[in-house]
Amino acid sequence: MAEPVIKVEQVHKWFGSHQALAGIDLSVMAGERIVVCGPSGSGKSTLVRCMNGLETMNAGKITVNQIDLAGGSAAVEQVRKSVGMVFQQFNLFPHLTVEENLCLAPTRSLGLSQANAQERARKYLERVHIPEQAGKFPLQLSGGQQQRVAIARALCMEPQIMLFDEPTSALDPEMIKEVLDVIAELAADGMTMVCVTHEMGLARAMADRIVFLDEGQIVEEAPPSEFFKAPKSDRTKQFLSRILQH
Amino acid sequence: MVAVAVVIAGAVWLFGNTLDNLANRGIASGFSFLKSTAGFGISTSLIDFSEASSIGRAFWVGLLNTLLVSAISVVLATILGFAIGIARFSKNWLLGRVATVYVETLRNIPLLLQIFFWYFAVLRALPGPRQSYDLAGWFFLNNRGFYIPKLEIIDGGGWVLLGAVVMAFLAFWQCRHKGISRSCAGLAVLLFISLLAVGSVSVPALTGFNFTGGTVLSPELVALVIALSSYTAAFIAEIVRAGVQSVPRGQIEAADALSLPDKDRMRFVVIPQALRVIVPLLTNQYLNLTKNSSLAAAIAFPDLVSVFAGTVLNITGQAIEIIGITMAVYLTISLTIAFSMNIFNRTTAMRGLSS
Amino acid sequence: MSWARQNLFSGWGNTLTTVLIGFVLVWALVPFLDWAVFSADWVGSKRVDCNTGGACWVYVIQRFDQFMYGFYPEAERWRVDVGAVLLMIALMLFFLPRVTGRLALVFLLLALPVGWILLTGQGLGLPAVETRLWGGMMLTVVLTVAGLALAFPVAILLALGRRSSLPVVRISCTAFIELWRGVPLITVLFMASVMLPLFLPDGASVDKLLRALIGVSLFAGAYLAEVIRGGLQAIPRGQYEAAAALGLGYWKTMIYVILPQALRHVIPGLINTVIALFKDTTLVLIIGMFDFLGIIQASLNDQEWLGLAAEGYVFAALVYWSICFGLSRLSINVEQRSGVYRG
Repeated sequence: MAEPVIKVEQVHKWFGSHQALAGIDLSVMAGERIVVCGPSGSGKSTLVRCMNGLETMNAGKITVNQIDLAGGSAAVEQVRKSVGMVFQQFNLFPHLTVEENLCLAPTRSLGLSQANAQERARKYLERVHIPEQAGKFPLQLSGGQQQRVAIARALCMEPQIMLFDEPTSALDPEMIKEVLDVIAELAADGMTMVCVTHEMGLARAMADRIVFLDEGQIVEEAPPSEFFKAPKSDRTKQFLSRILQH
Repeated sequence: MVAVAVVIAGAVWLFGNTLDNLANRGIASGFSFLKSTAGFGISTSLIDFSEASSIGRAFWVGLLNTLLVSAISVVLATILGFAIGIARFSKNWLLGRVATVYVETLRNIPLLLQIFFWYFAVLRALPGPRQSYDLAGWFFLNNRGFYIPKLEIIDGGGWVLLGAVVMAFLAFWQCRHKGISRSCAGLAVLLFISLLAVGSVSVPALTGFNFTGGTVLSPELVALVIALSSYTAAFIAEIVRAGVQSVPRGQIEAADALSLPDKDRMRFVVIPQALRVIVPLLTNQYLNLTKNSSLAAAIAFPDLVSVFAGTVLNITGQAIEIIGITMAVYLTISLTIAFSMNIFNRTTAMRGLSS
Repeated sequence: MSWARQNLFSGWGNTLTTVLIGFVLVWALVPFLDWAVFSADWVGSKRVDCNTGGACWVYVIQRFDQFMYGFYPEAERWRVDVGAVLLMIALMLFFLPRVTGRLALVFLLLALPVGWILLTGQGLGLPAVETRLWGGMMLTVVLTVAGLALAFPVAILLALGRRSSLPVVRISCTAFIELWRGVPLITVLFMASVMLPLFLPDGASVDKLLRALIGVSLFAGAYLAEVIRGGLQAIPRGQYEAAAALGLGYWKTMIYVILPQALRHVIPGLINTVIALFKDTTLVLIIGMFDFLGIIQASLNDQEWLGLAAEGYVFAALVYWSICFGLSRLSINVEQRSGVYRG
């Protein structure tokens, strides 16, 4: 059996006296699509943020492509080059145009020439269906467009794995679909991804596995069909009844 | 109505007093004094000036000296201030602490005291020309001032140079947009070559008891520039720190997630956004620095206040005209700086931030 | 050890920085400490008692009283001390948790004229002490405190005026504020010392200190006005509307509702203005007054104590620094607890 691309072992994380993660074990195989869900404060954002070293864990071990994230800044940098991340608040650089946003990291971090980076930027803007917005500034775009730019920006690094941290939570309802469509297309293309989301529709459509987190622990881990039809834990049932009732 | 009447009556009373006083003391009024002969010399001057020059010319000498000191100090203070402000975020604990101590020390000591310190305790206490501190054989520091090499340009060379500078500037502008750094470097080389073609460098050298060649910056000028720029740098460093801290955390996380190297993260993500907070505050510091340059009067560096509101006022006694002109000049400088920084703010610092 | 490894020696660039700074610090600080402390002269009464080659603190100790009181007659210096104690109590009252802001304000408003009368000696049957004898730290403090006391009411009126709905008032206040903020303090002091006498009727003369004070307070008033305006802008519209709904007129609204809130908002800004003014009072030496820096500067030319510029400046710097740094900490302290601050 192949090695998992992300391997999380017994990870603990405290914020002061609050324990955000309490012994997480999780493996993600190449090409696998994982959806992480759970009530707010359950530690799901912290978990994905640990996967590219934005948070440092207090105990346990995470390896990405066999690189240990605890191995110092060089290791973290190497991991980040192969892991793209999309944030809830987009975090586009507001002082740069869309194209500049996309080209910055490929030129500065991967050493691509400006021309190559621009070509790459065009390619991924087309992939998220907004090639015409290249010259605009982020704040001139709608929320949905901004998030799609953010996805394209992460893709421009041609990562092996994509992490999504509640990509649609900051969006107005009418813009959620355009972003979900892009994510679903990526999934269909075989990208390995870990996605924190409340969108159960997305989870049902694309996830190979749903991981349900509560109070910093994995309560349930199952394929969507099983997860939605026959949840084992009471906490999962409670959670599902709350978000699916209307 | 009553208020207006009182104000007018008061003004008439003051005006009457003033006329009486001027008449009693035999003080002339009007601006004709500007045309009369100065009768005094000025130690540092960017334009030709002698005792036979007019007082009006003395005014320009003073104003140019004020602008010279302010301009040099603004540049140095900005560089030093940004370096120290960014150093406060250094991963190196020692560097961060040194930067903090610098800021807290310099900004809590009166500027005038710092000027005195640099002038009387440091520069005037330096050894004479024969025991000068020698920096690489090009720069010499002694109690007569700071001797630096001077660029001497052949006749007509100035135009060539100006052309080269304009060309380089335009090309740089282009490069900046297209991000081609190599051709920029090429242009810099071209500029350097044209410089070599029309100019030669005169290096100061000790002959007998003093230096010849090069050019000398007077101890007053050096003390003033050091004090003004190091003092203002402390305030700029604080502003830079506030600006950097104002950049949302998410921006830094996004840069990290893209594995942008630390220095690029600072240069391309943090600083450009911090500028939005920094620039308006920086404007204030530039204004303060320019106004503070008037402390030159305390060490007799011939700036506008020292020459005009000092020497000229003593000679002519025309306080109202002289103080009026001096204040008007500073107001004009203030407004000009504020205006141009506003333009910079709109075009550069606020880029992309107003939709 | 692991701390040092992480914060000083992670990576070769970091290590190099540490070593370089460490080297410079040792190179600069060791000789300085040796000069200022270890081989300095502390005891004696004359220049010749300083013979070790280090700092000659004997000079500072000998001149200390003059640095503090200027030329104030020795027999009357207790009056300065009493004034200083009054001022300290008044300021401390503002920061004692049990004392209301109003009580502290009333005490301060009483302490200021009492202190002034005490120092000049007028009206108390005490020997009069002319202001030209005032000097040293005492003069510096008088300039700062009296300058602020005079500037404050002006500043409040200017700040309100700049937000007035009457265009004449608004424009003239704005012009007045920007005029003083746009010119250097020196020109204002020159103006006060040279131009002011020209405006007065023949024969009438204004004391030099008073002239400087007028200049300082006009200048400080303009800066304070801008700080206070910042506080006024931070008061939500609802407060004005609530006061209007209660039938309060303009002045009552301002005095009882708006200003108390606005001023509390800007305490850190006010303290920063105080620090700036305290440092700026050194400029009066240019118009020939002997404030703390002025008197030290003058004493450096004393034939008996020549060549002690470094000692004089280091001492002056230490004193100014302690006071300004102390005030800036106070400002930060107030800022941090302003969330729960009740006056």
